Amino acid sequence: MKKDLKREMICIVCPRGCHLQVDEESLKVTGNCCEKGAAYGRNELTHPTRVVCSTVKLVSDQLCRCPVKTDHAVAKDKIMDVMAVLNQIQVHAPVHIGQVLCGNIAGTGANLVATRNIDH
Amino acid sequence: MKHVPRAANLPEHLANYPEYELIVVGGGPAGLAAAVGAYQAGLRKILIVERDTFLGGILNQCIHNGFGLHHFGEELTGPEYASRFIDQLEGTTIETALDTMVLSINNTDAWRYIHMMSKAEGYQVLRTKALVLAMGCRERTRMQIQIPGSRAAGIINAGQAQQFVNLEGHMVGKRVIILGSGDIGLIMARRLTLEGAKVVACVELMPYSGGLMRNIVQCLQDYDIPLYLSHTITDIRGKYRVEGVTVQAVDEHFKPIPGTEVDYEVDTVLLSVGLIPENELSRAAGVQIDPHTSGPSVYENGETSEKGIFACGNVLHVHDLVDYVTEEALAAGQAAATFVKQEIRGSETPNEQNRIEPGQQLTSSLIALKTDDHIAYTVPQHIRLDKLVEMDKNVRIFFRVRQNYPEPTRVVFRDGQGKQIAAFKRPYMAPGEMENVSLPMTLLKQMSGQELKLSVEEIA
Repeated sequence: MKKDLKREMICIVCPRGCHLQVDEESLKVTGNCCEKGAAYGRNELTHPTRVVCSTVKLVSDQLCRCPVKTDHAVAKDKIMDVMAVLNQIQVHAPVHIGQVLCGNIAGTGANLVATRNIDH
Repeated sequence: MKHVPRAANLPEHLANYPEYELIVVGGGPAGLAAAVGAYQAGLRKILIVERDTFLGGILNQCIHNGFGLHHFGEELTGPEYASRFIDQLEGTTIETALDTMVLSINNTDAWRYIHMMSKAEGYQVLRTKALVLAMGCRERTRMQIQIPGSRAAGIINAGQAQQFVNLEGHMVGKRVIILGSGDIGLIMARRLTLEGAKVVACVELMPYSGGLMRNIVQCLQDYDIPLYLSHTITDIRGKYRVEGVTVQAVDEHFKPIPGTEVDYEVDTVLLSVGLIPENELSRAAGVQIDPHTSGPSVYENGETSEKGIFACGNVLHVHDLVDYVTEEALAAGQAAATFVKQEIRGSETPNEQNRIEPGQQLTSSLIALKTDDHIAYTVPQHIRLDKLVEMDKNVRIFFRVRQNYPEPTRVVFRDGQGKQIAAFKRPYMAPGEMENVSLPMTLLKQMSGQELKLSVEEIA
């Protein structure tokens, strides 16, 4: 019997959560409300990616953790590699939003950046 | 219940009240946007009172991304979203009182009196023309849902765990089960997995998830964490620390089904079982609370039953998206500014024909919003047609449905005589996702009677 060529998925680009159908051969996406959703559907079949958000150790008078994220989405199977690297990082205040704390983290091509302003 | 204002009985040294045009209680996303909204509308004497040592509220611990898609058109993390508003305060005359707890609010006709306490300033009484309540909400606890079992350590609310992990750097457990599929629970399932814990399952009593679909995908499915709908925890074991739980399927009356017991070995139980608007201050100030939202009952502009007191954000009703909180709070701040300007003008030429006094016969311009059994609530609960001015072409109405609607339906507004005033199509609806519609003012003016009923109807 011929395999069903449509993959059903829920778009996670925005809270609307469109129900997408992606054709596994042509990668044609239906059910999306925007272009971003179509791109998400195609990516999800070929090379799924996610932005990684976590915290790193912080030396500061005010706080002990600095929230961070990858500045763009990294391959899903690299998430734990990114976590392993960022768990070794320690930063000193002051820190500002967007400050690069680790370039090309875990060889993903993405930079790890701070997501909170911490003055001292 | 009307309280007795006590401000007049204060000792003299406290009776020299610093005066504000607007005081905002709470410096989270709602409070920040309300202050910014009022400032943009022309107020200058504004104070934000926040009990934490930082502005930003819950956003500080929500380090994940996905905020701001509606409001800023980009994907931000919680702290980044907060900073967009905190940065806006710079260069304005908006003052902040951090590490300061509001103890009570007394309302009089001309002024709202705020009693507050801080380490730095001690006990203070301030007065303000307008007040915005933006205290947010807190988590429902184990005590409120009555889970049987031992009282071992390791039973924690999901948001509490989020604070421990993201702000304080403490890990909460190694093997975790999550009860409830609210968004915070889903987010924490992923967060604890990233930090090295094993999340064995997420268990939800209802036949549907309480969280956003996207969070089920990116927090559970991405990490192969099973979600059991129509299941609950019926026992927690462990003397000092949690050692295990029993999970059981439930029938349509939420009764555990014998024979479906499955035991899990875990050291931590996270609860994500709902949020309760934090309205102790509001109640004590005499603000009427809607039992369906557990928040103040409000008019179209966010004003509560108490003169000059407005409410917005999660203290008003629990939102899924901070973007809607921002939008609601900006509007409440602007409405507070309009109120202050009218008060100042009104005291020069006394003219208060629009004011609805307690006990006064309701005028025909006041519309009460009702719902059928399929809709849990609406916000606002009342619309004053005569308060709608030219610039408000639409009234934004937020509501939640009580069940899943996987197929397209219509939400319909009907007046007291059953006449359809407006209808909106929805491709699907779920209780976990707050809906909103913009009701054009022109349609409202065509209705008869004082009741507008919102219902879910099949597409004919």
